[in-house]
Amino acid sequence: MDDGLDDAELERHLLQRWETPHGVWNALATVDHKIIARRYLVTAFVFLILGGLLAVAMRIQLAQPEARILDPDRYNQIFTMHGSTMMFLFAVPVMEAMAIYLVPLMVGTRNIAFPRLNAYSYWIILVGGLLLWISFALDAAPDVGWFAYVPLSGPEYGSGKRADIWAQMITFTELSALAVAVEIVVTVFKQRAPGMSLDRIPLLVWSMLVMAFIVIMAMPAIMFASSTLILDRLVETQFYNPAAGGDVLLWQHVFWFFGHPEVYIIFLPAAGMASTIVATFSRRTIFGYLPLVMAFIATGVLAFGLWVHHMFVVGLPRLGEGFFTASSMAIAVPAGIQIFCWLATLWLGRPVFATPLLFVIGFIVTFVIGGLTGVMVASVPFDTQVHDTYFVVAHFHYVLVGGAVFPLLGAIYYWFPKMTGRMMSERLGRWAFGLIFLGFNLTFFPMHILGLLGMPRRVYTYQPELPWAGLNLFISLSALLLVSGFVVFFIDVLRAWRSGEPAGPNPWKAGTLEWATSSPPPAYNFRRIPVVDACNPLWVHPDELAVTTGLRVDRRELIASSVVEALPQARESSPRDSIWPFWAAIATSIMLIGSIFTPWAVVWGSIPIAVTLIGWFWPKGTAEDTS
Amino acid sequence: MKSTSAFLLLALLVSGCSGAQSVLNAEGHAAIELRTLILGTILVCAAVWLVVTMALVSALVRRSDRDGGAVSERKAAAAVSGAVGATVLVITGLTIASFYTTRALSEAPTPELTIDVTAQQWWWQFNYVDQNSARAFVVANELHIPVGKAVRLRLKSSDVIHSFWVPSLAGKQDLIPGRENSLTLQAERPGIYRGQCAEFCGLQHSHMALFVIAEAQADYERWAERQRGAGAEPTEPEMVAGKALFMARQCAACHTIRGTRAAGATGPDLTHIGSRRTIAAGLLENTRGSLAAWIADPQTLKPGNNMPLVPLTSDELRQLAAYMENLQ
Amino acid sequence: MPGKVLKASAAHPLAAVLLFSSLVGLSALTGWERQPRQYRTDPPVAVALNQLRLMPSGIGGAPPEIYFALDTPYETSAYDLSQGKRLYSWFGCASCHGDGRGGAGPSLLDGWWLYGPSVVAIAASIRDGRPRGMPAFSNRMTTDQVWQLAGYVKTIGAYSASLAAPSRNDDKHTRPAENRAPAAILFDEAPPVPVLSEQGPPS
Repeated sequence: MDDGLDDAELERHLLQRWETPHGVWNALATVDHKIIARRYLVTAFVFLILGGLLAVAMRIQLAQPEARILDPDRYNQIFTMHGSTMMFLFAVPVMEAMAIYLVPLMVGTRNIAFPRLNAYSYWIILVGGLLLWISFALDAAPDVGWFAYVPLSGPEYGSGKRADIWAQMITFTELSALAVAVEIVVTVFKQRAPGMSLDRIPLLVWSMLVMAFIVIMAMPAIMFASSTLILDRLVETQFYNPAAGGDVLLWQHVFWFFGHPEVYIIFLPAAGMASTIVATFSRRTIFGYLPLVMAFIATGVLAFGLWVHHMFVVGLPRLGEGFFTASSMAIAVPAGIQIFCWLATLWLGRPVFATPLLFVIGFIVTFVIGGLTGVMVASVPFDTQVHDTYFVVAHFHYVLVGGAVFPLLGAIYYWFPKMTGRMMSERLGRWAFGLIFLGFNLTFFPMHILGLLGMPRRVYTYQPELPWAGLNLFISLSALLLVSGFVVFFIDVLRAWRSGEPAGPNPWKAGTLEWATSSPPPAYNFRRIPVVDACNPLWVHPDELAVTTGLRVDRRELIASSVVEALPQARESSPRDSIWPFWAAIATSIMLIGSIFTPWAVVWGSIPIAVTLIGWFWPKGTAEDTS
Repeated sequence: MKSTSAFLLLALLVSGCSGAQSVLNAEGHAAIELRTLILGTILVCAAVWLVVTMALVSALVRRSDRDGGAVSERKAAAAVSGAVGATVLVITGLTIASFYTTRALSEAPTPELTIDVTAQQWWWQFNYVDQNSARAFVVANELHIPVGKAVRLRLKSSDVIHSFWVPSLAGKQDLIPGRENSLTLQAERPGIYRGQCAEFCGLQHSHMALFVIAEAQADYERWAERQRGAGAEPTEPEMVAGKALFMARQCAACHTIRGTRAAGATGPDLTHIGSRRTIAAGLLENTRGSLAAWIADPQTLKPGNNMPLVPLTSDELRQLAAYMENLQ
Repeated sequence: MPGKVLKASAAHPLAAVLLFSSLVGLSALTGWERQPRQYRTDPPVAVALNQLRLMPSGIGGAPPEIYFALDTPYETSAYDLSQGKRLYSWFGCASCHGDGRGGAGPSLLDGWWLYGPSVVAIAASIRDGRPRGMPAFSNRMTTDQVWQLAGYVKTIGAYSASLAAPSRNDDKHTRPAENRAPAAILFDEAPPVPVLSEQGPPS
């Protein structure tokens, strides 16, 4: 028990229990949510760089009409890789990574729920990403778009293993996303610090919770889609074959039933980040906590009612069109509520223009444009003219880059001191923001016009007699500005990581729990679990928080609390490091990659998986303490 | 502000080019309705963006905080509720505008002409069906329609999903294997309107254009009558040699020239290839030179398409191109 | 103490990034030009590919040298095999050979090759025709098309499934896809006694 120990002795005990020792083996076996989240973050940003380089390649090809820098086959691979990498290997994992890092700290616990599953999920997504990128290097990358519409991706027209590699990469990322979603839900519901009732949960945690629920509802749809595609291609099922009673539109329905909520999987965490940053730098509590939480939840629910607006030109019945137009328009209301609450917070507070807030201001300006063009394409007749044109390319980059990457970059500036103990540079931060904001708008705004001028998407070139060359050249040049902004950002990250100013526990004078511990947090997060009595406990008690005692120090232990009131219910043991998740991930990867080539891989591949899972769950013989 | 300046830029761009493949260069019944909706919606949204941005700027530059805390809280709550209400109003308005446009579009007159459109990788086949099957005919990549008349297109695909889009005339509609969609075109003014496949369909998605030529009823009838006929007989020795080559070599296995032995069905119908404006689905202008270039090396001009490289001498190329050009 | 924790754990992701990016980079360098899909057969290559050497009996033979220099694409590249499959329907092979089980023409699935199982013999049959009804396609198909079709025909009669194979088509079909159960399982009729040693099933 920790009751009788003084601080130094307690720290010694906790470190002994929680710290990941040196060495490769221990690094593979660790289940510390902070170490795993950092890996996730670094991996996701590496994929951001790779996906960005692909975008640059596309812009070079499109800078002039009938350019021959990339042939159509390579171009198709590149735009498919760009979309798949950005959506599945950057956007979703990076948001999950932020959740893995921040949620346990913000709810005041010592590790995420199911930490071994967490370790497993990282290795899985890493292999999924490597699978995709190595296939690209071998000239066997998918060339059917990130949406992989059948029959182009089906057995007859998608020759080779390209579409299978795409589908299996999806399986990897689904698996990892589902694992993380389950961890977040359980962490938020059962591991909150005593006193953190539902109305005291930080907004970022709320947004991550809603995101996790969307993942749990949406990912099974894409899991069905990718599995049936592989089955169609490998073992001759007929899900998508119209001649045998299948339906090619079934694919689109299933894909977009996942694909549209995917946007909110990416956007909601960003909205949570924006809320946090706005509150901290306005120097006041957020205006409209309850409306914001309701807006998050409403967005999560509505997200499942508007997938058909991706299919407005496939020939739908009139009634269906009407319903999906109305529902797609309606999602603008919760989005509006969020924007207005942030504006009100800024209005009521005294804004401090630090880099994180700059990014959030940029986010509001661009995201409103993306939201408004979203309202436009929600109208069926409007959409019949702009669907699959550069107008839509502009629209979703405004939503995803303006709406998610801007707040994410702000969040990196904001939480970097917590993660590394060092400050990023304000000066470079302003440069990065300026270049990225300007470069982004100059690159993507003209695409609206290109779309209205009739330029379709996914073309590897266009003919010189069409009036698109000037704007395309302008866009390609602007893209260089955008790239230079990201270069400044990454330089700043590397510089700060090595030699930034020491941050101290709470450099921004923020109010939430993650700032109550040292930067970076120790392996055990909190010496003693704090007791919470407000939304921003550090603003209410700037000097000292009340803490709990009574946890054992001879094993990893944390507090399980009730769902609504967060009353402490039990002392729960938290799993120790284990190498088995790593082996289980390797075994799963072998099975999944093998099943691209032969269905028998599922049969034989399940044996090593079973072995590793038995190792993972083998009873340790120590009695569970259930007090 | 950005939106409005872009709007001006748009207007400039549009006035500069006629016959372009542009949403704003609307010359068809449906396209004109759609343009009204599109421009109206963009204006409303630009105004909304301006208001939000101004609110943001004023919130950021506001320095003093003279009101008591509770009072400003209440003010802010009122403002936010008002803004949410306004959002609901705008959204409802736009939804209603959208529904009205849809209704206006569905009230198109009954079609007088039906054309079967079959999309394939990577060209368009237009089958002018007729009660009397002898009067039906097939053309490729170039659709002639009488101006002012509603024309019904039955959209089918023979391989993957494509999308038929001629922005100056109407919104797009997908062509889906195993399904049949339809689209009504009605050109209000004579002209040549470019269109393009809008759904990603593989390697040469970028080069899958078509032209819709809207002309007066009499001109259309004349054109249709000529298309019904067999391919022109060669008149000069060079063309005669070209015809012989066409029949003897690989060409006839995939292409049809009505009135000859050539009856292949995998490639476009070439009976009146000489009368078309472009070849290879809008890739090249139709001249004797470009015909020869296309036949000589289709895989360099349009990599991955289904026309093979048939080895021919330069004399043979000249003869074939002359024969093709003569198929008026 | 926290400083030490930072150093220890910060080293891991950095090393992982290095390892990861060098892995991708290395494979990118080695693989960038590996087996691109070939859409355009150079005319001289086509001429060389047309030099089939057959045994005096007209059965069996050796492909031209260039076939190996090209790395036998027509039997191993999924793209060429799929193209061959499309040619099978475009050029009306099904009108005599059906879905491969034969009709007016012999079956291509029973594992029995009248003119031997080598791809050259199949290419020669397509190009020059054979007695008793097989027409010559030399004036209807280009050389590379003949090879693509020959590669496909050889695959559908193979006894073992291959990784490089065209998959099922989206039409109504009556037999398993080419990438699955080898033909012999379903169509093993007792083969005729060979007249010449080159005839017969693949060894």
